[in-house]
Amino acid sequence: MAELELVKSIVTPVVLDYDYVTGRAQSRFLRGIAEGRILGQRCPECRRVYVPARGACPRCAVATEEELQVSDRGTVTTFCIVRVPSENLSFTPPYACVAVLLDGANIPFNHVLQECPLEQVRMGMRVQAVWVDRKDLGPSMSSIRYFKPVAEPDAEFDSYKEHL
Amino acid sequence: MRDVAIVSFAQSAKARELRNEIEILMPVVHEAVGASRMPRTEIGFTCSGSSDYLQGQSFAFVGALDAVGAWPPIRESHVEMDGAWALYEAWIKIQTGDVDSALVYSFGKSSPGDIAEVLALQLDPYTVTPLWPDAHSLAAIQARAFLEATGKSERELAEVVARSRRSAIGNPHAVVSGEFSVEKLLAEPYVSSPLRAHDLPPVTDGASALVMVAGERARQLCERPVWIRGIDHRIEPQSLGARELVRSASSEIAGAKAGVHKGKVDFAELHAPYSHQELILRAALGLGENVKINPSGGALASHALMAAGLVRIGEAAARIMAGHGDRAVAHATQGPCLQQNLVCVLEGD
Repeated sequence: MAELELVKSIVTPVVLDYDYVTGRAQSRFLRGIAEGRILGQRCPECRRVYVPARGACPRCAVATEEELQVSDRGTVTTFCIVRVPSENLSFTPPYACVAVLLDGANIPFNHVLQECPLEQVRMGMRVQAVWVDRKDLGPSMSSIRYFKPVAEPDAEFDSYKEHL
Repeated sequence: MRDVAIVSFAQSAKARELRNEIEILMPVVHEAVGASRMPRTEIGFTCSGSSDYLQGQSFAFVGALDAVGAWPPIRESHVEMDGAWALYEAWIKIQTGDVDSALVYSFGKSSPGDIAEVLALQLDPYTVTPLWPDAHSLAAIQARAFLEATGKSERELAEVVARSRRSAIGNPHAVVSGEFSVEKLLAEPYVSSPLRAHDLPPVTDGASALVMVAGERARQLCERPVWIRGIDHRIEPQSLGARELVRSASSEIAGAKAGVHKGKVDFAELHAPYSHQELILRAALGLGENVKINPSGGALASHALMAAGLVRIGEAAARIMAGHGDRAVAHATQGPCLQQNLVCVLEGD
């Protein structure tokens, strides 16, 4: 028998459409974003404020009902520089991805930092959200264009060390 | 073998949920843990069953832990299967002596995607999935073969549906229920001949959870704990052509190993997503006319995929707890055309 030539790859396109439902907590969060407000939810037991909230405190395993607005300013707790291009990116690499502990929140919020040379990005730096024009606001994270540095002294490490 | 009992059960099921998975799951877990009278932090092991393909989100099962509370850190495991198999893993864990109790939960939303297509991804990825055979049509191939081989008629399938929907009256978790005449059902058009829409599982979003406890502690916590007297699961080859579709050989073995016929069976909760599969399972498990099948209405009345098998065990346990029977058979299935089957024998004191 002649030597078999192995099939080394096949192409199988898979397309599945989902009609995704955000649920109550994330719907409220996204409605807030559409009004230019960042909403969090407070745990009735441990009092931690989650942003964005998914309707539950994962530590206490209780529903989070109390809603409150948190600041659109915060502290960079950690960051990375993205150098690898991939699909669906609205920023040109290299750029900084930051975890921001918004003032009033107990969990960092992920976004992109701009208007800052990459070598100056650092833990503890104070940043602020840059929103799209009022008329363009919608229930989407792209309502916040990016975060930018603000002229404030860096936060003390102790103030965010629990959130790395 | 350690004696292990189910001491509580809770579920949720709706045709279409606008809550996210955590919002659906949390009240169900709270209800099951609360009814167990066991403090959450004392439960030795947590095991869940779900499939990220239903949600279309990777690692969705990790996110679901928010509903359970994993702080301080807990001992936890997950199966990408129906919750009935999570129960099996938890039962094994208790058998090892490592833990004495477990929370088992499962959840699934069938509504976000086209479930018949999503399920095509569980087939052979090289030669079968690229053809995109939808799940209902595969079941119809089995139904056709079954009718041809046994001489049974579509009327008998409609009778299964009419009885299931009648039994589901009064079940708050049924998404379809009521009185339906066999004639009227048979007048409906085919979805995939010989199956009509009512022969298929209804699209359901839901969750289920139960707590199981070993030994005497179960009697202290629960007035009538429901003992797992036997449990076994078996799987058949992936290739549909390699299987005998008109019978369920894996259910036959699992049923015998679980000890279905070591005593009188008062009723059975069979996980038969398609009407003809109930008849195949009845035969495989040797359940005669005197055994009441699916008093809850079964999977034709409510079918939150990934939760529905655990629901069969929970429904049977809840029924025994309430005193409506002493010994029951609960069954769960996975995969196309009853590929994998779990059988569990439950008994009240």
